Amino acid sequence: MPFTRRQFIRIGAAAGGVAAASGLTTNWWNLQAHEIPDPKTDGDHVVPTFCELCFWKCGVLAHVKNGRVTKIVGNPAHPLSRGRICPRGTGAAALLYDPDRLKQPLLRRSKRGQQVFEAVSWSAALDETAKQMDAIRTKYGPEAFALFTHGWGGSWFTRLMQAYGSPNIAAPSYAQCRGPRDVAFTMTFGQGLGSPESIDIENARCITLLGSHLGENMHNTQVQEFAEAIGKGAQLVVVDPRFSTAASKAKYWLPIKPGTDIALLLAWMNVIIDEKRYDAEYVTKYATGFDELTKHVASKTPEWAYPITGIPAEKIRETARFIAGFRPASLIHPGRHATWYGDDTQRMRAVGILAALLGSWGRRGGYILPSAMELPKYPGKAAHTAAVAADRKQPSLYPLADETLASGVCDATIPGQSSYQLHGWLVYGTNLMQSLPDPRNTEKAIQALDFIAAIDVLPAEITGWSDVVLPESTYLERYDDAWSPAYKQPFIAVRQPAVQPMYDSKPGWWIARQLAERLGVDDYFDWTDPRQVIDWRLKAAHQDPGKVFLNGVVEGQRVPVCEEDGLQLSFDTPSKKIELHSATLAAAGFPPIPDYTPHEEPPAGMFRLLFGRAPTHTFGRTTNNRFLGSVYGENEVWINSIAAKSLAGFEDRPLKNGEYIVLENQDGIRSAKVKAKVTERIRGDAVYLVHGWGHTSNGLKFAKGRGASDSTLVTRYATDPIMGGTGMSVNFVRVVRVEA
Amino acid sequence: MRFNVIKKRYAMAVDTRRCVGCSACSLACKAENDLPIEGFRSWVETETKGTFPNLAMEIRSERCEQCSNAACVSNCPTGASHYSKGGVVLVDRDLCTGCKACVAACPFSARYIHPDGYADKCTFCLHRVERGQQVACAENCPTKSLTFGDANDPESDIARLLRERQWKQLDTAAGTKPNLYYLV
Repeated sequence: MPFTRRQFIRIGAAAGGVAAASGLTTNWWNLQAHEIPDPKTDGDHVVPTFCELCFWKCGVLAHVKNGRVTKIVGNPAHPLSRGRICPRGTGAAALLYDPDRLKQPLLRRSKRGQQVFEAVSWSAALDETAKQMDAIRTKYGPEAFALFTHGWGGSWFTRLMQAYGSPNIAAPSYAQCRGPRDVAFTMTFGQGLGSPESIDIENARCITLLGSHLGENMHNTQVQEFAEAIGKGAQLVVVDPRFSTAASKAKYWLPIKPGTDIALLLAWMNVIIDEKRYDAEYVTKYATGFDELTKHVASKTPEWAYPITGIPAEKIRETARFIAGFRPASLIHPGRHATWYGDDTQRMRAVGILAALLGSWGRRGGYILPSAMELPKYPGKAAHTAAVAADRKQPSLYPLADETLASGVCDATIPGQSSYQLHGWLVYGTNLMQSLPDPRNTEKAIQALDFIAAIDVLPAEITGWSDVVLPESTYLERYDDAWSPAYKQPFIAVRQPAVQPMYDSKPGWWIARQLAERLGVDDYFDWTDPRQVIDWRLKAAHQDPGKVFLNGVVEGQRVPVCEEDGLQLSFDTPSKKIELHSATLAAAGFPPIPDYTPHEEPPAGMFRLLFGRAPTHTFGRTTNNRFLGSVYGENEVWINSIAAKSLAGFEDRPLKNGEYIVLENQDGIRSAKVKAKVTERIRGDAVYLVHGWGHTSNGLKFAKGRGASDSTLVTRYATDPIMGGTGMSVNFVRVVRVEA
Repeated sequence: MRFNVIKKRYAMAVDTRRCVGCSACSLACKAENDLPIEGFRSWVETETKGTFPNLAMEIRSERCEQCSNAACVSNCPTGASHYSKGGVVLVDRDLCTGCKACVAACPFSARYIHPDGYADKCTFCLHRVERGQQVACAENCPTKSLTFGDANDPESDIARLLRERQWKQLDTAAGTKPNLYYLV
């Protein structure tokens, strides 16, 4: 038997003892040349691609050594990562090598939701999926089949639905996330904010965050610019019931009462207009409805807002002056996850109107107007469908929604909930049990389906509810379509495999194409290799595909993005001006200028449930990642330290920091056990959870049983009447002791 | 020809104003150095002071302080812990018996015992620095909070930062002469 290294050292130490005894001291060792340890994680080659650990899609370099990905680093040539990636991005190799990955296609062999499956061949799984999709098409028409999608790889399945003939393509990222924001900005300025958001954090001199916890949400480039702005001395005003990371860096932290942001925004406008601190020249030149706005906010004084928001009038006045003092480079950050209370479009309108008063739209350090590099669409047959989406009960509902509502598509699956019923789902990359509100309703919808298939990398809960599970390759093992977003530094980025697909996983493009073939619509996929599509598009964009794939990205010419650059501002609204007062909203029966309406408050003994992000995780998608879990391996419920002292049921022994408790909501729904974080850093009327924990899927061997799921507790939501968003911060919970 | 007689003193400045505590440093380090899942050579500390709503919080990305008068080196019975280039404290794995004397001696809790039996800690990525590359955590930090360099070179970024910014050090009472500076 060869010596192990440790045995060798023991022998060496014994020899050293002899040496010491013979008069040599331990200094003898220091005469030795010590080697500098080299972990040798540099790849034998490096593959540039872009990340999919979240939707930000940063350019990365995958180091590959002997066919294994050793590490992921930022691509310095990519404008979104600038050579630096967020913690989640560093965990991509741990996703690739996650032992719990879906490894083979699966067919359900028990009741839906019982997670009993049989591993089958791809041809068996695809045949079954196509057979069911074909049956639904024949029996009810193609519109009865829906696609839920999240992530860049979803484009292949969107194409499949276009070929199949269904308009029911929905992403929870709209009605459960950024939808109200983009509708509000379209109403106000004629365009939404897109992704990455068209804001100029880097050059802002004052940044106001309302509920946005930048730094805890790691939209990489935004956080980079945030730090850059702080480094240059930018001031922060943070409005948040929680003392967030950003709040700790702020000149002003306003611990607002949850649900009252519109009142604060109106009071700020009141001060800024009353004291003539707005950009009068800008407003006169570009905006319409200023007189109506002035009249509207005349009574919305800081004194009016104080009892509503809990922020003293003087503090409101002081912060209004402070924010206005830096205009136009005073950025009222638009946030991203905007679905809070059901009046979210109006709140985001108030953000937009305030930005307009500050003259910060179209100005450096405010909202900028970038454009994308030309990247022509791959030619092919046009989408065909005879129907409108089934995502609302009557077509007249939510008149200003400009995308399909995922929650509505889910509802339309339950009989009698829509003008027509949906009977089949394809679910790509979104764990609907956590991404839609009220999982009980989602369960009900699933049980009403004729067929459901999920395409995913990991066995998220939704796969356990599926009839067929199709294991997709991770982003490090596949091609996806090229990307050319509107950004101040325009670029086109490409995704390419760093290694071959592991197990029996397949790239999304292959799965979609195979299904199209079996459904007889492969004339919509007149290519066999995704490089045909990508290379065609790159060439049409006058780029050399070889060069783009070599670098992972190609930059375009910068163009003016703000007035200071020489950009002429124009507004694609009905009046061709910034609409402080929206005739469109008035015509649709909504307040043309945002109004504050009170929301239900938590009953005695209960807290409002708020949720957010941790920098190391993306929703529930990364919670099984052992590498990322080594830093943050379960969520905690934040409870104010004073409130923790007077909890019902804790009279004999107060709640301890770190004690496991459960949360019970107003409908008697209980969470899994979750650790209490007793802290000064949150108001006493709300508790806070990082979203995405509390998994129940047996296949998620690491994540299962860790922390609590906020989604389970979101059994109620307030629907935004303007665009159908589901405001989810309207649930109340009590704290229940479980430890003896 | 002039001989450079001033020795290099590798040091790091951690900007607590820029840092958001995202842990990208800890994880970039973990990936670069192929650390075991439970092993960390760098970590994030947050210190909150005050009571609601009058609060202050400091966020620090921490790692081995690379002390010039290191307790781990003087307490190492086998000579495994030693000063390497630029004063960086390294552990010679072949000499380390995993006795934990250094773990106990370190005032900064910067060391852990690797499952292979040796004491492990931040190396300032000397394997990279020797090749002219940046330390992995600083190279990746999304907020550019970490500045590594030779504090004895007045032209270096770190020397400039230490001249221009206010800074503090942790636990100087231990007298170990740490080489990490926290910009405040």
